[in-house]
Amino acid sequence: MPSLTEFLTIAAILFGLGIAGIILNRKNIIVLLMSLELILLAVNTNFIAFSYFLNNIIGQVFVFFVLTVAASEAAIGLAILVVLYRKRHTIEVESLDSLKG
Amino acid sequence: MFTPVQVIFYIFAVVAICSGIAVITARHPVRSVLSLVMTFFAMAGIWMLLRAEFLSLILLLVYVGAVMTLFLFVVMMLNVVKETRHSGFVYYLPFGILIVLLMISLIIITVGSSYFWAIQMPIPLPEPAHYSNIQQLGEVLYTDYAYPFEIGGVILLVAIIAAIALTHRGPVRRKVQSVGDQVNIDPNDRVRLIKMPAEKRKK
Repeated sequence: MPSLTEFLTIAAILFGLGIAGIILNRKNIIVLLMSLELILLAVNTNFIAFSYFLNNIIGQVFVFFVLTVAASEAAIGLAILVVLYRKRHTIEVESLDSLKG
Repeated sequence: MFTPVQVIFYIFAVVAICSGIAVITARHPVRSVLSLVMTFFAMAGIWMLLRAEFLSLILLLVYVGAVMTLFLFVVMMLNVVKETRHSGFVYYLPFGILIVLLMISLIIITVGSSYFWAIQMPIPLPEPAHYSNIQQLGEVLYTDYAYPFEIGGVILLVAIIAAIALTHRGPVRRKVQSVGDQVNIDPNDRVRLIKMPAEKRKK
């Protein structure tokens, strides 16, 4: 069985990849949302690893709630994206820099 | 030497990291979504190794089955293929790699150092044969966390209503009869009775 350090390392690498996706990607908001999902996955992996090694089920309960909120966040985010595309006909990050409705 | 569990863990880890890199570097958004699905599959395997069977299957069913399908639908519906030109990618690449390497190495040094007590944490004993992860989770979830559980349900309901309300366009040139107008009609508006003398048929 791998040790806790290895699980945390995998989670850290995935977290870093998510951050890199947000930094590098200047064109597509959908890929930005997917980077967000990567970050959430890494955090959930941390929770589950600690839950296993501390022998405490509460971590898994928390992951359950995080998954619930993340699913609704993705749904609402994509709905906003669809509305944005109908209004502006683009989802490029750089062309969406105005706050005037 | 490597035990079989370790070999499985490293296979899943390598798959997860490679597809994670593919998520952020793929030119085509559909490929990006499919790589994310691959990452979710690999991480579900790792969660399974951590004895979180229920959450691992939930990740596959809910995330891969519902959320990722939603992503795929939106990518195909918005027709963003021509939008993806990746300009600025090379420009921000050194900065991004620097930040990410700094952060990952910081976390790894912290997690792996002897100051961190997690490295001495022993691996728990294997569970008995009748151990049920779902039963354990349910016993906590429906007693101590019943109230947050219901709030989670309300959040999902709010998400449903918000998504529908945001994207609903309303009727566009629909030919529907309005029942209210039909009931409220006055018979005198419809039929006009005219008094007139009877006439002989002309020959």
